Amino acid sequence: MKVLVTGASGMLGGATARALAARGDEVTVFQRHAAELGLREVLGDVADARAVARACEGQDAIVHLAAKVGVVGTAPQFTAANVDGTANVLAAARAHDVARVVHVSSPSVAHAGEPLVGAPAGPADPHGTIGHYPRTKAHAEQLALTAADERAVVAVRPHLVWGPGDPQLIGRIVDRARTGRLALIDRGAALIDTTYLDNAVDALVAALDRAAEPSVRGRAFVVSNGQPRTVAELLTRICRAAGLPAPTRRVPLPVAFAGGAAVERVWAKLERTDDPPMTSFLAEQLATAHWFDQRETREALRWTPRVPLEVGFDRLAAWFADHPER
Amino acid sequence: MSATAPASLPPEGLPGLDPAWSRLVEAADPDGAPRTWHVLDTHHTPAGTADGDREAPVGTLLCVHGNPTWSYTFRDLLAEPPPGWRVVAVDQLEMGYSERTDQSRPLARRIGDLARLTSALELTGPVIPVGHDWGGPIALGWALAHQAQVAGVVLSNTAVHQPPDAAVPTLIRGARLRGLLDAVTVRTPTFVRGATALSRPPLPRAVRDAYAAPYATPARRVGVGGFVRDIPLDADHPSATTLDAVADGLRELAGVPVLLFWGPLDPVFSDRYLHDLEARLPHADVHRAEGASHLAPEDADLAGAVARWLAARVDLDRQHDVEALTRPADPDPDARHGADHEDDLDRTPAWAAILDPARAATDAIVEPSDPTDPVAGPHRISFGELADDVHALAFGLHRHGVRPGDRVACLVTPGRELATLLYACWRLGAVVVIADAGLGPRGLSRALRSAAPDHLVGISRAMAAATALRWPGRRIAASDVGPRLARSSGAATSIPDLIADGAVALADGDGRPDTLLPPPPSGEADAAVVFTSGSTGPAKGVVYRHRQLEAQRDALAATYAIGDDDRLVAAFAPFALYGPALGITSMVPAMDVTAPSTLTATALADAVVATDATLVFASPAALVNVAATAGDLQDHHRTALAGVRLLLSAGAPVPAELLRELTGVLPAAEPHTPYGMTEALPVADIDLATIDAVGLGRGVCVGHPVPGVEVAISPLDSDAATGALTSRPHVTGEVCIRAPHGKDRYDRLAITELASSRDEGWHRSGDVGHLDADGRLWIEGRLSHVITTADGVVTPVGIERRVEAIERVTMAAAVGVGPPGTQQVVVVVTTDPRPGRMQLAPLSLTDRVRDAVDVDVAAVIAVPSLPVDVRHESKIDRVEVAASAAELLAGRGRRRGGRP
Repeated sequence: MKVLVTGASGMLGGATARALAARGDEVTVFQRHAAELGLREVLGDVADARAVARACEGQDAIVHLAAKVGVVGTAPQFTAANVDGTANVLAAARAHDVARVVHVSSPSVAHAGEPLVGAPAGPADPHGTIGHYPRTKAHAEQLALTAADERAVVAVRPHLVWGPGDPQLIGRIVDRARTGRLALIDRGAALIDTTYLDNAVDALVAALDRAAEPSVRGRAFVVSNGQPRTVAELLTRICRAAGLPAPTRRVPLPVAFAGGAAVERVWAKLERTDDPPMTSFLAEQLATAHWFDQRETREALRWTPRVPLEVGFDRLAAWFADHPER
Repeated sequence: MSATAPASLPPEGLPGLDPAWSRLVEAADPDGAPRTWHVLDTHHTPAGTADGDREAPVGTLLCVHGNPTWSYTFRDLLAEPPPGWRVVAVDQLEMGYSERTDQSRPLARRIGDLARLTSALELTGPVIPVGHDWGGPIALGWALAHQAQVAGVVLSNTAVHQPPDAAVPTLIRGARLRGLLDAVTVRTPTFVRGATALSRPPLPRAVRDAYAAPYATPARRVGVGGFVRDIPLDADHPSATTLDAVADGLRELAGVPVLLFWGPLDPVFSDRYLHDLEARLPHADVHRAEGASHLAPEDADLAGAVARWLAARVDLDRQHDVEALTRPADPDPDARHGADHEDDLDRTPAWAAILDPARAATDAIVEPSDPTDPVAGPHRISFGELADDVHALAFGLHRHGVRPGDRVACLVTPGRELATLLYACWRLGAVVVIADAGLGPRGLSRALRSAAPDHLVGISRAMAAATALRWPGRRIAASDVGPRLARSSGAATSIPDLIADGAVALADGDGRPDTLLPPPPSGEADAAVVFTSGSTGPAKGVVYRHRQLEAQRDALAATYAIGDDDRLVAAFAPFALYGPALGITSMVPAMDVTAPSTLTATALADAVVATDATLVFASPAALVNVAATAGDLQDHHRTALAGVRLLLSAGAPVPAELLRELTGVLPAAEPHTPYGMTEALPVADIDLATIDAVGLGRGVCVGHPVPGVEVAISPLDSDAATGALTSRPHVTGEVCIRAPHGKDRYDRLAITELASSRDEGWHRSGDVGHLDADGRLWIEGRLSHVITTADGVVTPVGIERRVEAIERVTMAAAVGVGPPGTQQVVVVVTTDPRPGRMQLAPLSLTDRVRDAVDVDVAAVIAVPSLPVDVRHESKIDRVEVAASAAELLAGRGRRRGGRP
């Protein structure tokens, strides 16, 4: 199968491209800068319709991960990357009659701050979300699933993917811990689902293979390890894997929330493009349960997580041991 | 006020009401005038939709509301009808959204109205009228006029008669006061709004508004006033004759299944009205939905109850078959007296051992010495004395008006007086009602209201509470009740007076109790209503017949080889009562039996010394304190304790360490622990050696079933629903029990009974467990505490036992957090030292917990203490634990904790 993977410079995109290539698919990757994966590469911006169309030519399937993530940026920037980018992918799929599209989405497209306790994958709702990223991703998912009328489209929403070498979640936590700036919000007792990288890759591959099945096509699936842990435990395990002490400082949620809001204003004023250390959204995310009902996902995709969290943390520790500079 | 208005459809958006059910139906009223009704109908096909291939219903539930409600009351029944059944709920004329005719509609006319409506609806085939409140007499009037069609009757919080001993309900009396009636019912919405304010738990505002929606203006409420005016409070009332005819007609329904579904908190139709209906419909299945009030169909699960009851009781092929309706509670208890039943031939009544002349000089009951007069020593009562007292009290009770079949609440401390009372009641054929003081005043009130004893015998504490809380039953004082309290509590007599009176009367007669007393009850007669501990919801009354109590005595004797050479010290209330039936000396040590942990090693040893006991029965909480106070024992104590051959620890799971510790106190005693419940005891038994031999498994091993008991498993599926019985080993499911000494039925809990005896002859225990390859039973927890994860069901006890083996963990509860089917396992522990408040356990302990168990544990939480039951002080309320764990682990969100 000829598969195009967009956004392969990210951890999950790169790993997915490698996994598909490893099993014999003809993989093309598409992103702005060379990803050095040793695979056929088309460079370009997902917001550039012509570049996307060029990359989709002759493909049997697309795994669409390219997106603008985080909290920094203007609404038009998020819309261009996430909504227009997805529209471009779907248009190119139509133009080149690409049979399958796996649209990688986010659980945040359906939620807005309430505790999620064994939550099902609700419909994407741009109006119910808070922040540019969830809102534009919700729009994008709606676009993608509408296209399921004409081809095998499925949306997959992995929750908090992490793994060895991850500069996003793991990298930031470790950075902050190393500089003594890591604190627990409230008691750190909220249960949070995460997804070990290999399991997320498996789920995307399973979604690609099953996209045409009636129980999969046109639907959205949340993917996680199905092993929610408290925030306190997750942060402690990550710190330990990196050989760092566990966080001991605690910040009450109202303080973190207010601090995050202040930081956001400062960042906006300074027009900074790096992610701020704390945002009100992040403060709330870290104080609120987020875990999901995995039964439908596992049944429809015939997928279960291969790597338990414990093994994942062991691998993380081994990676840090091999990369003392990180 | 002239108030005519056509019928209309309810507004859209009323909670729980599907607009597709609503239809308007025209039917001529008895004067021939066309009237339009608003009706909810599950089989209504709205205009413009295809009729489809809907199968004809097997029958119709015809629901008739009361005042001031409307068909809305029955919406849950329409939403979930019994499989195959059609549900029609009418709005009576002048009510709900039916036509306002400005005519008065007394009872007779309303019954006629309903008949014309059902003709217009062409209701053919079997019909079950369902009546609530004043809809009851109308539904019954319809039933009596359509008996060929009636397949059953369901009544809820209604009445057909003003019982002579019941005051007219204050609310109705108030509403009927001249001049007030219109003001309360019509001109203002007071009555309309008042009805929904009675609901328990309180109704959401949107539901209360929906009830009031058709009664928004005085003109719309004219019918509400008319209904109240039509209540026949005296014989001259125009509707009195009709109501009496309905009441008298109920005997014609003797062949029809009846369900009385009752909200006990109803301030209008109290239990008195239920008892009146029970007397008229003795074959009825009675279900008092604890916690529900007047709007019982709203407060409790009427739809589920009707579905279960229909499936069990209504056989459409065998209508009007009186034989098919013979139900456990015989309508005529008197017929059960006289021991001429065939199965009575080789029966030994509970009181037989007491009367055995060979035993007359043996100690029956020994009581601890009076602490103010220790020199006097323990007080001893011989079997001969006990036999005389039992006969005298039986006769005294009989002369006082206690009849065979009467219920007698026995609120007396275990000991001589209670034993005398129980065996006297049993010999007389009265039914004893036993409820543990551990239920507390509220729990006791609920229990006694539901059992509705005819007589109440109480110690002073009970008599004071009975007066304050208005418990039912004519009062009889126990010996400790002083004259002032006896007077203030309305006690006409006392146990000592009745014994004295009975003794004199027996002596005055021919002196032979058996010719003076009524014939003894047969084995089939009810003997006892015993209340459960209430540690798993409101206490339930469990009814035993004589043959079941006798079988229980025999099961105990067989299991523990109890014979004439044994003597019993019982610190556990239920067992203390069995000594006389077993024909052995028994003693309750000096302790507060309602607080097991008040038993000291010295008090236990004193009792063993006084009786030369061979058997010690106690609860785990009592034994914990015995072990803790063993240092106070003296040499003569230890000598006597060495003569005890059997230590029975009953009432809750017992830690093996505790039993081992006690072998230091009772060196020759073989520690045993029986498994059972109020509904069946004993079920299984295990000794310490076996506990040690089987080790840790999936749950707690409670041993092999005792002789005569069969245990089967109803396997759990992934939703924790239970399936067909099996005895295959290692299958986890609900533990089901069949035993000659199992309960007969639950009392006034017909739906609970139907659920628990789903498999005929078997009792569903609510416990979850499995059998091992050797046939031993393992208990894994309560059915309601089963955790349903995405990977399957997980039971708590096996996890807890492994966690409790971890150093510094003192107690553990494994609970599920999250929606059923996708729950996460969370372990909540108490530790030594105790944490100051609920918090996440340190990661080191979390790791040890995960290493110890074989399921994924999302979190480990440490708490200062876990909630346990009052009676056993050891059964963990995992539902409460789960709720507090869930709250902690949910964190704080925008929509829950408020915006931070």
